[in-house]
Amino acid sequence: MGRLSVNLCGVELDNPVIPASGTFGYGYEFAEWYDINVLGTFSCKGTTLRPRFGNDTPRIAEAPTGMINAVGLQNPGVERVIAEELPRLKGVFRKPIIANVSGFSVEEYAAVCQMLDREPQVGWLEVNISCPNVHGGGMSFGTDPAQAAAVTRAVKAVTTKPVIMKLSPNVTDIVAVAKACEEAGADGISLINTLMAMRIDLKTRRPVLANTTGGLSGPAVFPVALRMVWQVARAVSVPVIGLGGVSSAEDVIEMMLAGAAAVEIGAANLVEPCICRDIIAALPEVMDRYGIRNLRDIIGGANT
Amino acid sequence: MKQSLFTILDNTPLTGSVLRLRLQGDTSAIARPGQFVNIRLEGRFLRRPISVCDVEGDVLTLIYKVVGGGTEQLRAMLPGERLDLLTGLGNGFDLSSAGKNPLLIGGGVGTTPMYWLAKQLLSAGHSVTAVLGFNTADEIFYDEMFRALGAKVILATVDGSRGIKGFVTDAMAGLDYSCFYACGPEPMLRAVWRTARGPGQLSFEARMGCGFGACMGCSCRTITGSKRICREGPVLTKEEIRWDD
Repeated sequence: MGRLSVNLCGVELDNPVIPASGTFGYGYEFAEWYDINVLGTFSCKGTTLRPRFGNDTPRIAEAPTGMINAVGLQNPGVERVIAEELPRLKGVFRKPIIANVSGFSVEEYAAVCQMLDREPQVGWLEVNISCPNVHGGGMSFGTDPAQAAAVTRAVKAVTTKPVIMKLSPNVTDIVAVAKACEEAGADGISLINTLMAMRIDLKTRRPVLANTTGGLSGPAVFPVALRMVWQVARAVSVPVIGLGGVSSAEDVIEMMLAGAAAVEIGAANLVEPCICRDIIAALPEVMDRYGIRNLRDIIGGANT
Repeated sequence: MKQSLFTILDNTPLTGSVLRLRLQGDTSAIARPGQFVNIRLEGRFLRRPISVCDVEGDVLTLIYKVVGGGTEQLRAMLPGERLDLLTGLGNGFDLSSAGKNPLLIGGGVGTTPMYWLAKQLLSAGHSVTAVLGFNTADEIFYDEMFRALGAKVILATVDGSRGIKGFVTDAMAGLDYSCFYACGPEPMLRAVWRTARGPGQLSFEARMGCGFGACMGCSCRTITGSKRICREGPVLTKEEIRWDD
């Protein structure tokens, strides 16, 4: 076990650094930038039962120290992911991945998870009940504890792989949703997805995004994400993956002190394609600076 | 694709709002005209995608229009300052199907990628005509540069202050060409797509997140399925384009 290794739902990771879903495709684009086998693992593009083109463009807007996206879960559908994306990924990534799953009904979530359950490349299922950019699905499951629990139970019934429920910050009480997922059998919780946001073009007086609203990510959301990770990690006993604006080795450590067992990195990948590699390389030195022997020892170690 | 630091050699105005930026650095990932680079600017989260105008050894020429805060910031940068670039992005133009007398069509800053394309086509022995369209005479840039390469240049201005009065499509009427290459604002690309004969390649602009195919921010529908402007584009063939309206 190295200094950076952590345990995610019973599976050892070389390090806690995990590119977040939607910012890393199915991995191979980044294999052109660096050897992605240095990663702990990564979470693939959100996958749905049927192929989706996603929302109209523009899908991207800038924000102070961040960005807003309304991609709308563009993906080729689970069948093609299994037939094309996973075999292609095998050539560049040797470790198990986190399969990120989205749906528009409880049955759909279960159907996609059931299909992915058979894939040996999939180590964990991350169930996205928090996408703010699609109507009639995604986030609506993550804003109500009862519905979040229903999705969790349906998915747990069809898979033996660890199930991580990905939560939305666009709620009044995120702890209630996290607890409902844990009680329904979730093996882990990841948070936060993006914060609902909007920009208006001053010249046209129209929203910048074709979808009108989108999800804010990047360093702008880091303190909000950190606070929510801290609240949830204290309230549940399953591992928590912290994400939201993480962009440096220091941010990784701060997230872990707040209670994260592992850390996902999203928007930063889009502007610094090698950032996850660089953070992993920087971690030992930053750990030395703060007197940290092993990363796994600091999880939830904030003196609060 | 490559990430590296470039040093500014000069940053010179060509018109009131268009500047030429010459940078020195590792250009080895830039393979074809029509590709673009993505520039990191201090204090801006998203990079700014700008198409390649020319490459000579380790000198990269970009031409950009000041359209907002980011490009305004770029305008203020001085020789000797350094910029972080992702290079070699996008597919670029396919030169193998140019034929004997290709037509290059540029509108406004869309003229930019046509320069290196003209240079390469001319050195490969093609006879090149460039139709360059601008709003007014004082917005015209690089026409003399195209002539110096040996291209035949036809200018069009919307207000008729120089060249043919009208759009690039007016200036194209009656021309003979083996194929066409076009870059410019979307209404111009639509008009060119409707009126130009024979095979063609059109370069599109899009609001991008990453610029290298990761975020799906710039997807578009084509006859052959969904494509990312930053990755399978920015150049699409005439046959595969599907206008959604």
